[in-house]
Amino acid sequence: MTAYIFRRFLQALFVLLLVSIIVFLALRLLPGDPIYLLLTSEEVQIKTEEEIRVLRHENGLDRSLVIQYYTWLTGVLRGDFGTSLRFHFSVGALMLERIPLTLHLGILAFILAHLAGIVAGVICAVRRGKWLDTAVTVFANIGITVPVFWLGIMMIYLFALYLNWLPVMGYTSPFDNFWLNTRQIIMPVICLAIMPMASTTRQTRSSMLEVMHQDYIRTAWSKGLKERVIIIRHALKNGLIPVLTLAGLHLSSIIGGSVLVETVFNIPGMGRLAVYSVLNRDYQVTQGVTVIVAAAIILVNLVVDISYGWLDPRVRYR
Amino acid sequence: MAETERPVTGILEIPPRINEFRRFTRVFLGRKVVLFGVVVIVIFLITAAFAPLIAPYDPYKPDLANFLASPSSAHLLGTDNFGRDTLSRIIYGTRISLMVGVIAVGIAATTGMILGLIAGYFGGWRYTIIMRLMDALMAFPMILLALLITSLLGGGLVNVMIALGIALMPGYARIMCGQVLSIRENDYVLAGKSMGASDLRMMLRHIFPNSLPPILVMITMMMGTTILAEAGLSYLGIGVELPTATWGGLINEGYQYLISNPILSFAPGIAIMVVVFSFNMVGDGLRDAIDPRLRGIL
Repeated sequence: MTAYIFRRFLQALFVLLLVSIIVFLALRLLPGDPIYLLLTSEEVQIKTEEEIRVLRHENGLDRSLVIQYYTWLTGVLRGDFGTSLRFHFSVGALMLERIPLTLHLGILAFILAHLAGIVAGVICAVRRGKWLDTAVTVFANIGITVPVFWLGIMMIYLFALYLNWLPVMGYTSPFDNFWLNTRQIIMPVICLAIMPMASTTRQTRSSMLEVMHQDYIRTAWSKGLKERVIIIRHALKNGLIPVLTLAGLHLSSIIGGSVLVETVFNIPGMGRLAVYSVLNRDYQVTQGVTVIVAAAIILVNLVVDISYGWLDPRVRYR
Repeated sequence: MAETERPVTGILEIPPRINEFRRFTRVFLGRKVVLFGVVVIVIFLITAAFAPLIAPYDPYKPDLANFLASPSSAHLLGTDNFGRDTLSRIIYGTRISLMVGVIAVGIAATTGMILGLIAGYFGGWRYTIIMRLMDALMAFPMILLALLITSLLGGGLVNVMIALGIALMPGYARIMCGQVLSIRENDYVLAGKSMGASDLRMMLRHIFPNSLPPILVMITMMMGTTILAEAGLSYLGIGVELPTATWGGLINEGYQYLISNPILSFAPGIAIMVVVFSFNMVGDGLRDAIDPRLRGIL
């Protein structure tokens, strides 16, 4: 097991390094002068050639790519992501303000999606072919096709504008006004959760159905165990292993979804920042957000893989 | 009591005589929902191809006398703030969605298959470099990677297709590589090699055709994902540029008139869902018909 963890850890580190190279090169290989990474186009026109030359030198843009990469990487490791073009503010600090919001919504959505998805999937598998199974399966099949931003807009129309139950959008810190915060995040969390919830339901249902055919489940039935014990103690344990792999992928889709959902509900999180930076060509911010998100996803997938190896020993020797 | 031998009457091991193609069509079209998906996709393809003939109005011509009209017999889904017919705009949007879907998935499948083939066939350092690079690309959420790429290349139809193509590529490379690794172990590969077949010939003539089935399933399934992603990018205003009518863009435009005309945002969303649902169902059906063992992998 230790060897497996070590191997996976090294692999994750290598992938992380590749990610940083991809993001770094992506911005440097842009056609045009990299000075545009530091200045808005208006500033470039105002400044004299001498000023630009000095700036170029100060930022090391006249040095080789390898050295530039090294400088950037060591900066990132120290938490220095450069300065935002538009905000004239440290990118690290900018992200630090927004990460908690995205985490808040994301974690809640993640929990909701998997709890509800697993319960729904198990119910489907147990009541296979009954009307409840059919209804939930249809719902799950629709759930993986819904554009989240559209769902958000429709929910705003129904619950906020028409029924007037919930605030339209925005985000208030839960420490300032917990009740308002809860009412504000209900819709975004549901939007983020819907896709992973539907996909967890589908996966749980099919892997539970598979497990329920196994010999050891028949043995458990013939021993006279209660249905609940068989399902929870025996079937679920093996049936959930494939769901775990999916959970790692869902993290990626929740973060991807938050790009859209935060835009719909006007929540100033990492997703909104990413969209903003792309629309305004604020490259340093785009770079910072992408690196942080990719690193988070790699780390979570490392944890998923390790727990996978722990749950299913066969994986360790692959 | 003496043990009695079980009589073997009636149970003869005769393989069922079913033509492979007929078995495929029976399983594939056996589920009504798959049939539904096929029919819907065909309808949307026809709609996209003959949009100018089918659309009741010009989707780009303003008609200011009729702005923000409610649904009526003249405008089935109402009109937008410039008086443009929503139904016609959705019909034209079909073209963009399907085109982006087909071309982006085409780019992803082609590049992914080539990389997967090389990584799986040669192994060694080629495998390590290609597959770890794919892992790295997979670490980005698809929409974020597409955002990063469009921010570098700029928006526009072509760049969106390239961006989504790159974002989807690692999935194909992985499946292809896995397929090649298992096919490589077959005797016919060894036979081919011992007869002196070149690497290129082995890859293209023997390994590639045999590794296609799961790729075909994945291509169908990814169509839905791609259409959703394109809609998301267009909604953000980063994808296909205005005034081109796209489903995602229509939802965004309609958002401003949500209180008075919710149908402007509602209708394009339904179109997206119906198409994505159909591709998913056809993908499911294809998977079950080609190889039920792929369940859980794809």
